[in-house]
Parts: sequence; C-alpha cells; structure tokens
Amino acid sequence: MYQSTTKSFRRALCVAAGLLPIAFSSAYAAENLGGDPSALSLRLSPAQYRQTIADIFGTNIVIDGRFEPEVREQGLLAIGARWANVSDTGMDRYDELARGIAAQVVSPKNRGTLISCKPKSETGADDACARAFISGYGRLLYRRTLSEQEVATRVKLAADATATTKDFYIGLSSVLSDMLISPNFLFRYRTVETDPTKPNEKRLDSYSKAAALSYFLWNSTPDDQLIKASEKGELQTAEGLRRQVDRMISSPAMESGIRAFFADMLHFSDFQTVAKDTTFFPRYTTKINDLAQEQTLRTIVDHVRANKDYRDLITTRSTYLTRSLAALYGVPLADTTDNGEPDRFISYTYPEGDPRAGILAQVSFIALNSHSARTSPTLRGKALRENLLCQTVPPPPGNVDFSAVENTSNQVLKTGRDRLLAHSASPACAGCHKITDPIGLALENFDAAGGFRTSENGAQIDTSGVLNSVKFKGVSDLLPLIRNDPALVSCVSRKIYAFGTGKMPPRASERGSEEWAAIEKKFGQDGYKVLNLMRQIALSDMFYAVSPVEVAAAK
Amino acid sequence: METSILARRQVLRGMLAGSAVSVGLPILDCVLNENGNAFAATGKAIPERFATWFWGCGLGEGNWVPKAAGADYELPEQLSALKPFQKRMLLFSGSNIMLDGANNNTHTTGAMGITQGDVNKQFKASIDTIIGDHIGRGTRFRSIEVGCAGDPGATWSVREGQGRQPAEISPIKLYTRIFGPEYVDPNAGEFKPDPQVMVRHSVLSGVKDERDALNAKLGAADRAKLDNYFTSLRSLEQKLEIQLQKPDPLEACTKPAAMEGVDKGALTLATEAMARAGLFAQLLAHTLACGQTRVVNLALTQGISPLRREGESTNHHAYTHEEAIDPVLGYQVKVKWFHDQYMQALHDYLVTMDSIKEGDKSMLDRMLVFAFTDHGAPRLHSVRNYPLMFFGTANGRLKTGMHVPRPGDTTVRIGFTAQQAMGLPVSAWGEGSNRVTSPISEVLA
Repeated sequence: MYQSTTKSFRRALCVAAGLLPIAFSSAYAAENLGGDPSALSLRLSPAQYRQTIADIFGTNIVIDGRFEPEVREQGLLAIGARWANVSDTGMDRYDELARGIAAQVVSPKNRGTLISCKPKSETGADDACARAFISGYGRLLYRRTLSEQEVATRVKLAADATATTKDFYIGLSSVLSDMLISPNFLFRYRTVETDPTKPNEKRLDSYSKAAALSYFLWNSTPDDQLIKASEKGELQTAEGLRRQVDRMISSPAMESGIRAFFADMLHFSDFQTVAKDTTFFPRYTTKINDLAQEQTLRTIVDHVRANKDYRDLITTRSTYLTRSLAALYGVPLADTTDNGEPDRFISYTYPEGDPRAGILAQVSFIALNSHSARTSPTLRGKALRENLLCQTVPPPPGNVDFSAVENTSNQVLKTGRDRLLAHSASPACAGCHKITDPIGLALENFDAAGGFRTSENGAQIDTSGVLNSVKFKGVSDLLPLIRNDPALVSCVSRKIYAFGTGKMPPRASERGSEEWAAIEKKFGQDGYKVLNLMRQIALSDMFYAVSPVEVAAAK
Repeated sequence: METSILARRQVLRGMLAGSAVSVGLPILDCVLNENGNAFAATGKAIPERFATWFWGCGLGEGNWVPKAAGADYELPEQLSALKPFQKRMLLFSGSNIMLDGANNNTHTTGAMGITQGDVNKQFKASIDTIIGDHIGRGTRFRSIEVGCAGDPGATWSVREGQGRQPAEISPIKLYTRIFGPEYVDPNAGEFKPDPQVMVRHSVLSGVKDERDALNAKLGAADRAKLDNYFTSLRSLEQKLEIQLQKPDPLEACTKPAAMEGVDKGALTLATEAMARAGLFAQLLAHTLACGQTRVVNLALTQGISPLRREGESTNHHAYTHEEAIDPVLGYQVKVKWFHDQYMQALHDYLVTMDSIKEGDKSMLDRMLVFAFTDHGAPRLHSVRNYPLMFFGTANGRLKTGMHVPRPGDTTVRIGFTAQQAMGLPVSAWGEGSNRVTSPISEVLA
C-alpha cells in the first residue's frame, strides 16, 4: 500500500514537475550544493584560463595539465562558477599549470619578446626590470592596476628568489607563478564604490565592469584599451560604455565569447567522458569528439555573426564538414585541395529536406547524448528539454520495479521505441518519459555516433510522435516545431544573461524584472539576433547592478 | 587462489604501459620494534593507511548475502573472487540508507549517505577526508584519487567547502605527479633541499599577503569561499615544507619504473577499465609504501557504470534497468558478468596491497580498505541491503573474517565504525535517521 502510494505520488511529481522552468529549482539546488547562493566570486573556467593566458602571453604558450572539474548549476558552468572553489588537489594542479606557463614566459626562447626589459645581470636581482614585469603583467592578470604594496612585495620576492638560485629569470618566473595561483587571478571578484552622482548609493567600480564585460563578450581578460577606459572612468558613462561594447562586439575576439557560451549551453564539457566503440562505429575515431564540437561551433559562429535569427539554427542547412565527419554522416564531400590539411573544415549546405539539417542532428548533440554503442532517446529528449528549452526533467525515481513490464520469457526489444515502451508502461516512469521520449524517438534515425539509419536490428524505425499536441512524422517535421517553440528563445536569452553574470535573470516582480522584460521584448523585435541581445545586456543597468550583500560588504 | 607471501628479495613485477614495474620489497622483521608496530630505526609508528574502493550499480538481488552470520560462513558464488581474502574481510549486509523523505536521486543519494552520512547535502566532508585529516597530516599529498573509466568526477572524496576532489584518470599522469621530478626518495642516503622548492615555498607569501585586502571587500559567502581557498593554499605550502625535510626511510618503498606515453581518456570496455585499475593499484601501493600519502580513493566506475562487454552495445547500467531477472537463477545474468569483473578487480587490488610486506604482516593487513557501491539491488536501484566490505585490520583494531548482518540498521554506522577503527576520537556521525552514536562493536578488537 505504502509503495503504491509512493509510486503514484512520484508519478504525479514527475508529471507536475516536468515542465517547470529551471529557475524555480535553483534555490534547492544551491542549498544542495552546500554553497551559499549569495557568493558572487566566479572561478575562471578552463576555457577562460586558456584564453586569458593566450591573450596575455601569446598562443605559443603551451598549457599542459588538467584543470579542476567545473560545477554545472541550472544548466550552466557559468553559474556553477559561483560555487566552484579550489580543492587541495585542484591547488596542486593550478600550481603545476602556473609553473609550466611561467617557465615558458621566461624561457630563453620567449624572454626577448615577452619581457620588455633586460636585467643588468642574469645572475643578480634587477628591481627595476622586475617591477616593470610584475606591474605590467599583474595589471592584465588581476584585471586592475596592482597596488604599490602588491608590486613591492613581489619585487622583493623576485630578488630573494634570484639570490637563492642565482638566476634573475627564475626569480621572475617564481613571482609570475605566484600571481597565477592567486585568488585575484583565479577568481573574478566584484568591487563596489560609492557612486559620486548618488552619494548614498553604491555602484560597481570600473575595473569590475571591465572584467564583467570582457569575460561576457570575449571570454577573456580585458585588453589594454578596456583597462585604460576603466582607468579613465569611461565605463561609468553611458557613452563610454557604449563605445567599448560596440568595439568589443565588432572585434574578432567576439568569436571566443560566442563559442564559450554555446559550448557551455550545449554541455560540450561532457565530451571528456565520451567514447564510442569502434567495433560498432569504426568511423568514430578519437578525433571526432573535437571535430564534432568544432563543426557545431563554426556553424553557430557563422550564424550569429551574420546576425541571423537564432531559431534558424535548429533548421539551418548550412554547416561545415571535414572528410572524417562527412564519412561519419554518410555525406559525399568533394575536397581535393587539402594542402596538407586532410581534415580541414569546408562549408557545406544540405539539400532541401535533408534530415541532417540543424544543430540537433549534428554529432555534437546526437553522439554526446547517446551511450557508447547505442542511442538513448531519453538522454536526447532530456538534453533538448533542459539545455535548449530550459525545462526540468526530474531524475528517475529509485526503487522502481521493472518486473511488471519486463517479459521474463526474454522478449526481444529490437528498437529504442520498443525498449522505451516498456519503461513507459511503468507508472513511476511514464510521466517523465512522456516529456523526453517523443523528441528523442524522432531522432532515432541517427545512431549513437551520428550516422543516419532507417532500421535497427532489422526493424523499421518509427520516428513519429506528438509534441505540444501537434503530430509529426519524423525529425524534419519536429525541428520546425522546436524552432517555433517560445521556450527556445526565452531559454537562450536567459542563459546568455546568466553566462555573463553567473545568475539567471530576475523573475517577475523581482528587482530588475522590468528591465529584463524589456530586453527580452527587444530580442524578439530585433528578430532574435544573438549579438543584439548580448549588446543589450552589456549596456543594461541590471548587468552591473550591485546586490545588497555587496553594498553591506562595502560598508 | 591463495596469495603468496613474497620472500624479501622477491619482486613482484607488473606491467605498466609496457614497462616492468617493481613493487616494494618486504621490510625485514629487524627493522620493526619488538611489538611490530613501529620502525626500529626511527621509533616512528607504522603509518595508518585508509583506502576506499568504489564500484557502481550494486551487486545483485540479495543472493550475495551469506546464509550464516559470524565466522566460517560459506561465501556465496557472487563473491567467489574474494575467497582468498575471506578471512581478512568483514562483509556487511542488510543495512540501508535512510532517506527521511528525501528523493532517492539514483547513483548519488545512497553513495552520499555512505560517504558523508547525509543524504541531503552534497559536498560535506566525506569519510576519507575525515579520516585523512586524522592520519594523513605530514605527508606530501593529503589523499590521492583515481578514476578507472576516465571520469575525473568519479570518486566520492569531498573536502568540506571545496567540492569533489578531482580524480586522476591517467596512470601516466599519476606516475608523473607522484614519482616525477619532485619525488624525494625516502631511502636515498643523502638529502639536499631543492632550491627551487625553497623559492616556491617562500613566494607563496605573496599570495598570503593578499588575503586581508580581499576579505575587506567581500560578503560573508565569498569570504567563506576565500577561507577554503587559503586552506588549499596552506596544503600546498605544507606539501612544499615536507619536500624540504629529509624523509624518514621506508624500506618497503621502491620507485616504479618510469611511465611515458599517452593514456586513452574515457573508456567503455570493462576489460580496459580493469587493466587501468591494475595499473592504478600498483601506483597507489607504491605511493602508500613510499609515504607520499596515507589515504587513497579508487573508483572503478562511475555510479552510472558506462562499461560494456566487448561486442555488446548495451552497457552495465542499461542492463541493470533492462535485463529481466532469470527466473531460475534469480539474478540478472548479463549484469552479473560485470559484478564478476568488478569483484575480480577488487581481488587484484587487494593482492597488490598485500604484496607490500612490513615485518611479519603486509600493508593490507595493517590498513583498512573500505569497498562500497552506490546501490543495493541493481535492478531496483535501491538504497537497501548494501554490500559493503572492510579488508585489513586497521593496525589491529578490527577483527576480520566475519559476515556481519545489519538488517534495518543505517549504513552510516559502518562508516562510523571505520572511523573509530582508524583511531578517530568521534562519538557521533550522520544526520537525521542516519545519525549514529555507537559503532558495530563486535568487529572492533
């Protein structure tokens, strides 16, 4: 009796909770993580760390090592960064990364270009040269000018290290690696100041604004121009802010920001645990994981930078392919001019009506949300619901007894639909599987590696279904339904804001909700152009709003 | 299969990436004191060591439970791989994780309960870090975590406020981390502090000096985060301090042969994960024997085990859901194949730990290995009747060779018992219905 009641309750819970927007689950999740939701410091992501180092020291600096795993919260690593800290093991790893980078910066090969001065002697201290090095790179690493005390401390440490090792460059290297493990580098902190135009109010200071902007739009540290603009106070004026935002959006570095956001939203970090069995999928070689992400990101970057309607990414026939990917998809790709780059990306347009159109039919979605040797309509449906529509699919309940639905005479369940029908017959499972499976089953023409198929184990695959009361025959019918779902644009706009701030935009009646409603409305009026949305957010007041916690800390 | 006792000059050799690797030589009896619990040369106690060994998806439909309790029980076929260690094992059955109304978030809640004593909050201190804080100070690494199937988030080791400790997934990278250029051989005759380590230690003061300025501008939550950051920085500082001191000799310690090359990342075949587990076991044994850490955590699989049998497209976890229970045998036949592999891997791990000799006992005899999983019955993904095992005596503080049924008891009591066996002065552990204040006294010596 108890068990039956519990199952009924769980079923009801599944059905009821199935389509709740993710934001409503945030309070529980934050508490469940053991962190304090009012924490605002953001740990640099591995991608931000890499991009920052590349922008400061150049792309020839090799970053060899593993990063501490990221925390995904409310669907985004960018939000989880508020909870992410540095563990003992993680500190070891940051230390290893820092020493590797610092050694390369001061190496004989690079010191001529990366160190602006030469010491009087390579075996003795040179405070002036060390000071120039520390204050110059410290400004870029800490995203602000270092205080005199911070510089003086490290000049002395460099001199001491030089005295111990009789090597000026080891002295520089040691203080550089010290700065690279500093919380001032690994975390982004927000600093508030008194607003001179409203003495009773606080505002974000210019350096914090610059960092927020640069990691939002470029996924990297502020460049010299942006730091100079913040030092002059330009970011505190509407005109100065607009000038910098427009400069940044038109910069080639904008591609980094677009890539970083979509890689986060599409959960590309999960590729680190993706492997396919080459017995079943001989064309899914180890490089496919990287190529698949690159294909999707190139498709998206082109689309976004051309200011096209975001929704059309779901149905776009335009993409990029390499020979390896084309072979995996079963697409004929003519490429005879590889110039020593056999797997280069080539622009490709699918013919009208081709089921492979759209980013959801790409390997980066199909294979990522499959098992290693077979598909998972449930995982695919769940990923689409959660990652692109911001809907929550509850976790499967425990203690579910499948015996009632499993044929002990060993019935052969040939297709994914057969297997899921077995799940759906279980009352405890049916509610949630109704949310995920119609979408996932429509993608069953794509095998676990992304290849196209029409049958499984000799049985014809049925990809028909119903979404939002509309019947569809297969993926080509389903994608336009998803494209036109209002949740698609609402979700991406909310996540873009969260990518920049580490938190979801306010709900109705919360502080800032009116401004957010206006931004969303403008997004629609502009034709759902992602760059315009990012610009709107970057110019908004809410993007830089200070919280009561920050105000209290400033006192 | 009985484990063989190695002669002092006998060296067990395994294969690490094609290279022969030697495991530690046994310690001569004369290097221990009369009681056999301390090194005669230094007078220092033989170090306490603790290990966790995790596998995903449970162990069967309850038919792994021996029919008799106490000693001399008949080991069920499901556990036959562990037969050589039956006399040195404590097998716990029947215990449950109490949900107290919390949702059973499958593959997470049960393991959280076992390792953290709490089913509601992730990222509370786990049993290995609690024990590590007691026994692990003074070593170069507070603990080492490894994941055999390629997921760095596979282990359950959590330091309060820091999140899950990332697992190393590459044996080659682990080798470099432990036995690379920074390794100091405890048995080397001459010791000279490395000037570069001295420099690294001294420049950390630059970061420490930033603490006050940062604290002054942060809210309470961010100050707490910063405190945790500085706790980790202090660990790094202590690690460097240890590297600047001459280590005590450890005769059971030998440095493994160098490993080079590149490991595969994520694995999907059970056989590949077993092979990697073997490599990790060898490295962890060396690491413990050489005093680099006193706590090691190995996760054979993630909770949702993605491992497959060669030639099959369905993975272990999917089979637990989809395979019917054989009406004659009473269990899922394909799922059991994975259990057999995992128990064999556990056996192999124990053999490796056992091959390190310290006096008349092995390292395994003196340590405590806690083997656990995330579920009871795999098909149900239940949090009841957990198969849990201890191996070793925790330096003589545990009796072994018994089946200990705990029907209806909270599984947390088993972890609490482990803490007391490891010498922790604790009087309670766990939250809600999982809170316990007394150990399983019948297993304490």
